[in-house]
Amino acid sequence: MKILVCISHVPDTTSRISFTDNNTKFDTTGVQFIIGPYDDYALARAIELKEGSGATVHVLNVGLNDTEPTLRKALAIGADEAIRVNAEPTDSFFVASQIAAVAKAGGYDLILMGRESIDYNSGVVHGLVGELLSLPSVSPVMKLDLDGRRAKLAREIEGGKEYLEVDLPFVAGCQEPIAEWKIPNMRGIMSARTKPLKVVDPVSADGGVKLTRFELPPPKGAVKMIAADNVGELVNLLKTEAKVL
Amino acid sequence: MAILVFVESAEGKIKKTSVEAVCYAHALGGPVVVIAFGHVDQSELEALGKYGAEKVLHAADEKLNKGIIQAYASVLGKAMKDENADVLVVANSSLGTPVAARVAIKVGAGLASNIVSLPDTTSGFVVKRSIYSGKAFAYVELKGQKKVLALKKNAADIKEVGKAVGVTPYSVEVSHTDLAVTITSSEQATGEVLLPEANIVVSGGRGMKGPEHWPMLEELAKALHAATGCSKPVSDMGWRPHHEHVGQTGIKVAPQLYIAVGISGAIQHLAGVNSSKYIVVINKDADAPFFKAADYGIVGDAFDVLPKLTEAIKRAK
Ligand SMILES: Cc1cc2nc3c(=O)[nH]c(=O)nc-3n(C[C@H](O)[C@H](O)[C@H](O)COP(=O)(O)OP(=O)(O)OC[C@H]3O[C@@H](n4cnc5c(N)ncnc54)[C@H](O)[C@@H]3O)c2cc1C
Repeated sequence: MKILVCISHVPDTTSRISFTDNNTKFDTTGVQFIIGPYDDYALARAIELKEGSGATVHVLNVGLNDTEPTLRKALAIGADEAIRVNAEPTDSFFVASQIAAVAKAGGYDLILMGRESIDYNSGVVHGLVGELLSLPSVSPVMKLDLDGRRAKLAREIEGGKEYLEVDLPFVAGCQEPIAEWKIPNMRGIMSARTKPLKVVDPVSADGGVKLTRFELPPPKGAVKMIAADNVGELVNLLKTEAKVL
Repeated sequence: MAILVFVESAEGKIKKTSVEAVCYAHALGGPVVVIAFGHVDQSELEALGKYGAEKVLHAADEKLNKGIIQAYASVLGKAMKDENADVLVVANSSLGTPVAARVAIKVGAGLASNIVSLPDTTSGFVVKRSIYSGKAFAYVELKGQKKVLALKKNAADIKEVGKAVGVTPYSVEVSHTDLAVTITSSEQATGEVLLPEANIVVSGGRGMKGPEHWPMLEELAKALHAATGCSKPVSDMGWRPHHEHVGQTGIKVAPQLYIAVGISGAIQHLAGVNSSKYIVVINKDADAPFFKAADYGIVGDAFDVLPKLTEAIKRAK
């Protein structure tokens, strides 16, 4: 059983977002990078499967060498081997094409990733990879159990959930509560230093999409405070000022 | 060249976000062809003509009653060819977004999701996307003729521009591989306003103290015809189902009005609500960070303010 977990290297959820170079570059000053929270759930489930029934877990990131600490962290959490495709992850199609190329060469039984990355929030990479590899894709997966080569999944839908079954191999975009995030322990951190981290060259891929510039939303106006014993005033403001009732 | 729109339904009714997608396609210009799957009320399909659909296709094959990502993508890819459509428009959703991805590969289209407004076509085709969980936007140019666009809620205004049209049955052949995923069962709230679709959301946090106090919040939601949401710890503790969890790692909502009760306003929660038009915060702590992100605030005890507010809303109607 071979599992590939695709992880994004993204700003910590508490980061302030700003841009430089005339709003064309993300400002990394003071920003801490983490494994994408959804990818972290996928990784945690992969490690559980490994601990449960035995599996080899590879983690993959498309990024330049500044993402290696993030990959090392995934190794510390329990992945066996890391692969970095040495390229700037410019857009979803490019990233998906890299994942598909690695997945094809590696012969994986299961390809896991987060339902979306928290930087570009596209939520499409699992679908793109599935289609590129002609494999089923399911997202957002909140439960994944294996019974031999048959997987039983729960997928979140608007207002509820759906239970599904599918045979390996397939692609899943994951979210909570598929597993609990894992924190690396000391032994994990030590062993991560010597686990293999392979660097591979990207394949060429052009999805015909180009990011031209960034923009920040306008600043929020001041809050209007209303006394707790005067809720009528709030209703009045919602009606006449905000016009939302 | 035609524009194809994939519309979704819930309990036989077309979702509001899908109606927005039809309006978006109409605003793009070019004949709009709509396609729907499975059980949908015929009158609902006919009514899409009012929003600009020239043709409504209905793939009623019972194999498509449930949303199987692969099968839907194959049908949409074929429908784009049959209808000579260069552009596919869908509403972002747990089904729409992954389906859009697969179609983009099938037809070789440029893909953008989480689009917040109509494109700028003064030079090329540039869409504005919401990124960093609502903390920023990106302008993205789609260079090719073929495009697949997935829209965030409120990307287009709903406007009536025409009249009802007839529905054309669309027959499909679904291959065995497209049905590799079997949906064995589902659980879905019925008769409720769906959280991602709602115009008004009433959300509760740990300050609500326990699930036994939710009826108070639900009363307010009912009076406002609102959906209910919650913070992450509330769904983690099982007070509320996971699909109500709002925020960075949950549902991102974009209602006209978001009412947060007993939620502190952690940055990860705000990431799910920052696309709301107006935010009301009710919290007993005057220093709760949520007030900084709010339009209206009340410092007070939820158990005291909620019933009064519900009464006041009922009276104002
Ligand atoms: C990677 C990551 C992702 C996360 N994703 C999410 C997410 O998607 N969504 C999310 O919500 N959180 C998320 N969190 C958690 C987040 O950081 C906060 O812990 C969480 O939002 C706090 O929930 P809360 O406001 O309900 O609880 P608390 O922070 O405990 O706040 C409770 C509030 O209730 C008020 N209160 C108490 N009693 C009353 C009363 N009687 N009347 C009125 N007010 C009262 C208190 O003053 C307080 O402000 C995430 C965290 C991490 C690290």
